[in-house]
Amino acid sequence: MEAHGVTERRAPTVRRASPPAWLLGVVPLLLVAAALAGFAALDGPGLGERRGPPAEELAVERTVLRPGLIELTVRNDGPDAVRVAQVTVNDAFVQFDGAREPIARLAAATVRIRQPWVEGEAYEVALVTSSGGTVAHEIPVAVLTPTRDGSFFGLMALLGVYVGVIPVALGMLWLPWVRRVPPAWLRAIMGLTIGLLAFLALDATLEGLELAGEGSQAFGGPALVLLGGAVSYLLLSGVGSWLGGRRQAARAAGAPAGTLAVLVAVGIGLHNLGEGVAIGAAYSAGALALGAFLVVGFALHNTTEGLAIVAPLARERPSVGRLAALGLIAGAPAVLGAWIGAAAFSASLAAFLFGFGAGAIAQVIVLLAPSMRDDGGRTLHPAAVCAVLGGMAIMFSTGLLVSV
Amino acid sequence: MVGAGAAALHARVPHTHPWEDAATAHTAHTGPAADRGHAAFRAGGAVDHRANGFDPHEVLRDFDWGTTRRLPSGRVVREWELEAVDREIEVMPGVRFAAWTYNGRIPGPTLRCREGELLRVTFANGSTHSHTMHFHGIHPAEMDGVPGVGAGHIRPGARTVYEFEADPAGLHLYHCHVRPLAEHIAKGLYGAFIVDPADGRPEADEVVMVLNGFDTNFDRANEVYAANTVGFTYMDRPVVAQRDALVRVYLVNVLEYDLVNSFHLHGNLFDYFPTGTSPRPSELTDTVMLCQGQRGILEWRFPTPGRFMFHAHQSEFTELGWQGFFEVS
Repeated sequence: MEAHGVTERRAPTVRRASPPAWLLGVVPLLLVAAALAGFAALDGPGLGERRGPPAEELAVERTVLRPGLIELTVRNDGPDAVRVAQVTVNDAFVQFDGAREPIARLAAATVRIRQPWVEGEAYEVALVTSSGGTVAHEIPVAVLTPTRDGSFFGLMALLGVYVGVIPVALGMLWLPWVRRVPPAWLRAIMGLTIGLLAFLALDATLEGLELAGEGSQAFGGPALVLLGGAVSYLLLSGVGSWLGGRRQAARAAGAPAGTLAVLVAVGIGLHNLGEGVAIGAAYSAGALALGAFLVVGFALHNTTEGLAIVAPLARERPSVGRLAALGLIAGAPAVLGAWIGAAAFSASLAAFLFGFGAGAIAQVIVLLAPSMRDDGGRTLHPAAVCAVLGGMAIMFSTGLLVSV
Repeated sequence: MVGAGAAALHARVPHTHPWEDAATAHTAHTGPAADRGHAAFRAGGAVDHRANGFDPHEVLRDFDWGTTRRLPSGRVVREWELEAVDREIEVMPGVRFAAWTYNGRIPGPTLRCREGELLRVTFANGSTHSHTMHFHGIHPAEMDGVPGVGAGHIRPGARTVYEFEADPAGLHLYHCHVRPLAEHIAKGLYGAFIVDPADGRPEADEVVMVLNGFDTNFDRANEVYAANTVGFTYMDRPVVAQRDALVRVYLVNVLEYDLVNSFHLHGNLFDYFPTGTSPRPSELTDTVMLCQGQRGILEWRFPTPGRFMFHAHQSEFTELGWQGFFEVS
């Protein structure tokens, strides 16, 4: 009935064309604003006080250990302001600075706790709120948080180059071999690439979900990973169709192999960004032993990413400069990620970045899938399936060498 | 009647409500404990004893002798009125706890009498939950203050009279005995009960310490420990003692959730009289261990002036509030 009335009323309005269209679009917003203002002015008539004690939720976003000092950055995840009244470390009250005022919803505060901590030992910090609730935070292994000077960022850059740039560049050296293999082999290599990427996407999603569980839930928690994935998938789809459109304008017909390679490189680059964040954060927290084993593991793991970039270029003749650019697109984000992870780690941000990487890879897989097609037009023919599974197996087994 | 009693108590105790004046409740009372290397509450905050309605430093030497009258037979009848009151207590600076109390304080009043007197304790329940008063000592079964015997549960708004003889001489306690027992005790319904021997005890500087703790997050483990409710309070302001004078501590452990508690004195040893029932000490020591409900009398003289710590000899309890100083001059 009402919907009917609306259409009847709208028709003459359009004909008379008195209020401009934008005004009609704004009217509901204005009404909502007016209603909310009235509701607030009347102090929420009929609702009364909320029942029950205050809901207090604090998430520890960052832990920094300095000599004799433990710094926790906490964010209020709950609906009510939270006041940190006292702090205990390993069941003893301690002196601390910061967070004198109540922490408002979604606001953050840093609590600096005086504690003569001992390297290698475990600590449980409990923040006692004004209602007597406790927020416990575990420091599994106490190690000095590295100071962020030039040499530290240099080290992070070196780490990024080791685990990102060099392995990808080495992997791209498969290009001459890829050029000479017969078409059936090339299809299998594309299948292998898709398998590699599928594993990376899965890995990034799971790692993102794990990080999202640790971070502040007020920003969406696991939803951040899925949102990140959707954003990058759509962004890359848009960029891909834009690049494809330009290429097609230039060259009437032709496989967008160059575009594919760029998109694969971007997808892998976004994945390596997330990986770099995880490595930088783990190193900062002392949870990562920097050793030859880690670097070797990552080299093996990420070298296959280089193969994925060059596989679409089997029938192209790209310049060395172009190849170098592709390698940097895929590998260099690991350096950037390591810096972000070491300097400004936030579990929520890292979770979003992992989701972002996973979405990019999913988009690349969709683009690459047609290149597995055999002469009969089948995509998932037995050879392709074996290759995809093989790719996943390679990533699984080399992934066992590294765990961050 | 009961409501009027609560209002009267409320009016009698000088106090301010923390929500009226949150800023002044946290003015800089930086206690000495904060900057001398001991565990302590955050510097710059202190429990507002006025708002709580009781001060642990007053609780130390506050002995409630009740009121007395003589029966025609010449026997002394000693009477008290106690009321259960729900009350929010600041148990550590800035942390409020919805407590259940006798007469608005934790521990409840230290009831003191002489051996052989007839005791009449009128108990009014001004709380929103059923409670009782269960005394330790010798008394008839129907005066035991447990559900199902005698008056049993005292419902909100109801009252009863517990009547029995002061027997035997010693240090005892009373507490609520309604289930869930742990909760009714942990929320604050307990106090010391002292029966002096007919011929009294030697003159001494006497203090009461009821060892307790508070489970503020309801995980059946205490967040804070203390003697007389407020942790570190005798660190920030030591218990004053005189050199060479006899000190007598009436020590009662009511701590819930932990299996044992203890008392340790620095730089001195004390005579220990378990339950205070014998005139002869059981040992000369500096550390005693007590389970819940266990109590004893400690006596010693400080031969030298200075500050002497006393605390639980469970380091965890010590650093979670249960420590203090004697200041000997």
